[in-house]
Amino acid sequence: MTATVRAPDDVAQDVAEDVAEDVAESPVPIARLSTAKPGKRQHLLSVADLGRDGIEEILRLTDMFAEVSARPIPRVPALRGKTVVSLFFEDSTRTRLSFEMAAKRLSADTMSFSVSTSSVKKGESLRDTVETIEAMGIDAIVVRHSAAGVPWQVANWTEGASVINGGDGWHEHPTQALLDCYTIRQQRGRLDGLRIAIVGDIRHSRVARSDVLAFTALGASVTLVAPPTLLPSTLVGWPVDVSYRLEEVLPSCDVVYLLRLQRERMQEALLPSLREYTATYGLTRQRARLLSPGALIMHPGPVNRGVEIAAEVADQPNSVITRQVRNGVAVRMSVLYLMLGSGVDLGA
Amino acid sequence: MLIRGGTVIDASGKRVADVLIRGGVIEAVGLDLDDGSALEVLDASGCIVSPGLVDLHSHLRQPGKEEAETVETGARAAALGGYTAVVAMPNTDPPIDSAAVVRQVLDLGASACCEVAVAGAITLRREGKLLAPMAEMAALGVRLFTDDGTGVQDARLMRRALEYASGLGVTLAQHCEDASLAAGGHMHEGEWSSRLGIPGIPSEAEDLMVMRDLALSRLTGAPMHFLHLSTASSLDMVRQAKRAGARVTAEVAPHHFTLTDAAVASYDTVFKVNPPLRSAADVAAVKAALADGTVDAIATDHAPHAQEDKEAPFDQAPPGMLGLETALALALTELDLPTERILALLSWQPAAIAGLTARHGGPVVAGASANLCVIDLAATWVVEPSRLASRSRNCPYAGRKLTGRVRHTIVAGEAVVRDGEAMR
Repeated sequence: MTATVRAPDDVAQDVAEDVAEDVAESPVPIARLSTAKPGKRQHLLSVADLGRDGIEEILRLTDMFAEVSARPIPRVPALRGKTVVSLFFEDSTRTRLSFEMAAKRLSADTMSFSVSTSSVKKGESLRDTVETIEAMGIDAIVVRHSAAGVPWQVANWTEGASVINGGDGWHEHPTQALLDCYTIRQQRGRLDGLRIAIVGDIRHSRVARSDVLAFTALGASVTLVAPPTLLPSTLVGWPVDVSYRLEEVLPSCDVVYLLRLQRERMQEALLPSLREYTATYGLTRQRARLLSPGALIMHPGPVNRGVEIAAEVADQPNSVITRQVRNGVAVRMSVLYLMLGSGVDLGA
Repeated sequence: MLIRGGTVIDASGKRVADVLIRGGVIEAVGLDLDDGSALEVLDASGCIVSPGLVDLHSHLRQPGKEEAETVETGARAAALGGYTAVVAMPNTDPPIDSAAVVRQVLDLGASACCEVAVAGAITLRREGKLLAPMAEMAALGVRLFTDDGTGVQDARLMRRALEYASGLGVTLAQHCEDASLAAGGHMHEGEWSSRLGIPGIPSEAEDLMVMRDLALSRLTGAPMHFLHLSTASSLDMVRQAKRAGARVTAEVAPHHFTLTDAAVASYDTVFKVNPPLRSAADVAAVKAALADGTVDAIATDHAPHAQEDKEAPFDQAPPGMLGLETALALALTELDLPTERILALLSWQPAAIAGLTARHGGPVVAGASANLCVIDLAATWVVEPSRLASRSRNCPYAGRKLTGRVRHTIVAGEAVVRDGEAMR
C-alpha cells in the first residue's frame, strides 16, 4: 500500500494553528479540521502500511502534541464531537489508558469496552459485538485482541469507523513502534544509521514485529538477540541480523530494546528456567557496563525486574522506559488527529 | 433417457457416442442411437460424457452440525459438481463409530441426489484409544475407515488397526499429522506465519506421520490411503514407497494445488484449512505428483462451516473450506493435464479406492450402472459463493474465473442435474 501524504509543512502549519488556539471554546479549528475525505476511511493496522514517509509524518506531528501535553491545561478542541472507542479483548493498562488520554486531550469523547464487562462472555460473536458498537455511531475503534489479524477483520466488518490496531496477538502493535521511534529520535536526533538490538521473546512479540518494520524503515539496522526457541520459526524476509550472544552485541549498539518474558514460556519447553534466561539474555548490571555511554535502554513494559532487566539497570539515567510511556500519549494524539481530524491519508 | 452427441471418455479411452439409458442401466453406447423413442434427451453436444465423479472426502456434517450442511444439501452440491458418489467422513457428532450411526447416514443418503457412502471411524469417538467396531460397520458396506480431523497418534494402536482391518478387506485412511508437533498451529509454518504472527504447523508434522505409516503398512502388509497430502516431502516419500511396491494410495485436495499460504495475509478465515495452505513450492510439488501418478485421486475435503463459526478470530475459527462444486472446474482450469487424466483422478481411481467400482467410475458400456456426468469443457464461469448449493458459504474462490462446468449429472439413470440446475 502506498502512503499519499499531504505536504508535511501544511499539516504542521494546521496543527500549529490549532494548538495556538486557546483551549477556549473557539469552533474555528474544528470547522477547518473537518477535511477528512468523505467516504474514505483511514485505518492504522500495520506499520508496513505507513512506510517511511507516513512514520515521519506522525513523528513530526508528535512534536506539536508533546508541546500540548506539556501545557498546564493539556487539551485542544481538534476532535470535539468525535467518539473514540477502545475495544480491548485482552488485559492492557497502559495502551488503553494512553489512547483514552490522547483522545481526551484532543477533546474527543471516549468509550471503553472490555471483555469482562461486555456481552462477549454471553456468547455474542466478535462480529456482532463490533457491529453493535459501530451502530452507536462512533468515529474510531482501537482494537486489542489476543489473536493476530482481528483489527483487519474489524475493519472489514465496519463501514464508517476508522480502526486502529492496539495490538493483535503476536503480530503488530503499531503505536508502540511509533512511540519507540519518537523516543529514540528525541534522544538521538535520528534513527538513520543507528544500531538497535531487540532482545528476548521475539517469537511471541507484536512489539518486535512492529519495531523491526519501523526501525528499519527509518534506516536503523536491527539485530535480534534471543535463544532460537524465542525467535520466529523463520526469519526469511526479515531485514535483520541475529545473535545468540548478548555480550557481543551490546558494545556496538546504540539502543538495546528488551522485551518482556512471559513466565509461562517454561511450560512450553522454550526455556529451561527463568534463572537460565536471565543468566544468558538478561541485561544484568555487569552486561549493562558493556554498553557505550550514550546507548539507550528501552522496554515496552510492563517490566519483569530481575528477569529481562536488572532493577537498577532499569532505573539508570540512560534508561528511557518511562519516557516511552509519556511519549505514547503524544504519539497516539497525532495518530488520532491524522485519522479523524485532517485530510491526510495514512495509506492504510 | 438418451445422452446425445457427446464424446465419451472413460478408463478405456475416448470416442464420440450417444448413451442410451433404461431402468438405471446403460442399455447401449454408440453412434446415432436417437430413434425418437427416448422420453428424455439430454444434449451433450460439445461436451464430455464421463463416468460420474467420486469424492473420497466429504464432510456432510450430519448428524450434529446441520446448520453447516446436511446429507441432502451436501449431496446436492456434489451432484452439481459432477459427483455421483461421495464418501461421508465420520467426524460428525456423534461420530460414525458404530453400526447405528452408519445406518443413520446411509438412510439419510438413500433419498439424496447422489450415492452417499460412509467412512467409519478407526477408533471409538475418534479418540485414538480403542478400536471402533469395524467389522460391524464393514458388514453394512463401509470400505474406508479414518479418524479424519486428526490422525491416529499412537503407533501401536495404528499397527493393530491395520492388522485388524486387513482381515476385513477394508482400507484405513489417515489424516497425517503429528499432533504434538502441530499443536497450537493455525496456518503453514513458514515465511508468512512468521510475518503474520500466527502460530504455524510445520510441514514435518505431516511428513512424520506419513513416514511412520509407510513403515506400519510395510510391517502389517495392510493397504493404506493417505488423505489430503499437502507437502512436497510427504509426496516424495509416497513416490519412493510406491516405487518400492508399497500398497498405498494418496489423495490431494484442490485447494492444495490452487492456493498458497500467502492468502492468509488477509486474515480471512475462509483460508483457514487443515492441512493448511502451504508454500508455492508445495503447490508445485502437488501438481507434479498429480502428473507423475504419485497421487491417485483428487478429493475435495469439502468442509462446510456456518458463517457465525467462521466469523471468529483466526485462531478460533474452525478449519475447512467448501469443495464439491468447484473441484472439477479447478482441476480443469489449473492443472496442465489431459482431460482423461483429470477424470481418472476424479472418477475411476477414487472409485477403486472407495470400493465403489461396481456402480461408479467403470467404463461407459452397455450393462453398466448409469452414473455419469456431462461436462462442458469450454464453459467459463465465475465462482459466487452465494449461489452454491451447499448450506455454508466458506468457499475461498469468490470471484475466480474457471473454465469447465458440469452440464448434467445422471445418478442411477436419473438426471439429478440438468443444464447446470439441480432437479431435486
